[in-house]
Amino acid sequence: MQWTADALIIDCRPHGESSAIIDVFSRQHGRYMGLVRGGNSRRLRPILQPGNMAQVTWRARLSEHLGTMTLDAGRAYAAEALSDPLLLSGVSSMCAMLQVTSERQAHPRLYDTVMVLLEELGEAEVWLPLLVRFEMALLEEVGFGLDLSCCAATGVTTELTHVSPRSGRAVSLTAAQPYLDQLFDLPNFLLNAQAEAPLEEILAGFTLTGHFLERRVYLPIQLVLPPARQRLIDNIRRLLKN
Amino acid sequence: MAGQEIEDLVKYLARLPGLGPRSARRAVLQLMRRRESLLDPLSDALQAARDNVKTCSSCGTIDTRDPCTICTDPRRDESVICVVEDVGDLWALERAQAMKGRYHVLGGCLSALDGVGPEELNMSGLRSRCAKPEVSEIIIATNATVEGQTTAHYIMDMLDDTPLKVTRLAHGVPVGGELDYLDDGTLIAAMKSRR
Repeated sequence: MQWTADALIIDCRPHGESSAIIDVFSRQHGRYMGLVRGGNSRRLRPILQPGNMAQVTWRARLSEHLGTMTLDAGRAYAAEALSDPLLLSGVSSMCAMLQVTSERQAHPRLYDTVMVLLEELGEAEVWLPLLVRFEMALLEEVGFGLDLSCCAATGVTTELTHVSPRSGRAVSLTAAQPYLDQLFDLPNFLLNAQAEAPLEEILAGFTLTGHFLERRVYLPIQLVLPPARQRLIDNIRRLLKN
Repeated sequence: MAGQEIEDLVKYLARLPGLGPRSARRAVLQLMRRRESLLDPLSDALQAARDNVKTCSSCGTIDTRDPCTICTDPRRDESVICVVEDVGDLWALERAQAMKGRYHVLGGCLSALDGVGPEELNMSGLRSRCAKPEVSEIIIATNATVEGQTTAHYIMDMLDDTPLKVTRLAHGVPVGGELDYLDDGTLIAAMKSRR
């Protein structure tokens, strides 16, 4: 058994003295784990940082084996993010959240979202909204997508301003009036891709996705949202304060 | 193959980094052959280390005294504290004689995977040391990995409300390094922190 593909490294843990077990995310094969011999070496450690791209070759005698991986370095997004706390927490959060996708199952749309996001790193006004969209895409891929197409109560498609915390469906301003304190704000940039995304709306976006990720994805598997995500939110709040 | 005591010795030596069962067996054989010149002094040294090694209550390094040799050395600059992840990093900086100040050993770095949060690290000790009036600069010397730099950012945020000068190690081209052989990550970091 063998395949070769471009993949994002999402996790790396030491195995024994010199090897490492890595978790990668590729378009064709989804999330895959494998043993990298010499993964703890001075040559490979910089490549195996979560957030970096690599061309990965996976080999195993049987498909159910863990298998070994060999890598050729791709673009080092992790190195680009190291010096910027906001970027680093964003990339770390994304990599940590990809670990909830099912193993060995392709998620091409999610992979494409990740690639667009990584290409836009550095432009905070672009990649932060994309990160919220990534979390929306992740919810959709794991089967709990939000429905923002029309109002859950009235069916109208205009003036959608809130989201129900129970159904994950949009609610129009008129229908939301009696329940404003119980509903989530729906950021405009999630409805209109061309709309500007101020930091307040991005925080609202993370509150919205965070609620559903926690309740529907993380709690059922007895996990908590990645600490990197909270650090990202703290960094955005700090930006807002300044 | 041999008595239980020898097998135990092989078993424990094989757990050390760089040694496997075969090399541990060879080491044990040497120890047995050179009992007086090697085994006895090694045994005494191990016993002495076991009895005397402590963790420094001030900086967190390991030494035979508490406070450690570095913390009590009057020739060191007490206004500078260099924060490192592990004792091995402190030893590396001492080997290079790169730092004349004092150290603070965190005991690891933030890692969601291993369940290491700020509470598991020696952060409260760092904060209380930073409150001392003689301290004026903190050098964060964590590893240039995602986890190491996440820890560095956390410390910078933690010390944001103090008047201290907080600096970090530079990332870039190693001495004797040729650009053609450097990995992309190092090149990007070097280009970003050019001066």
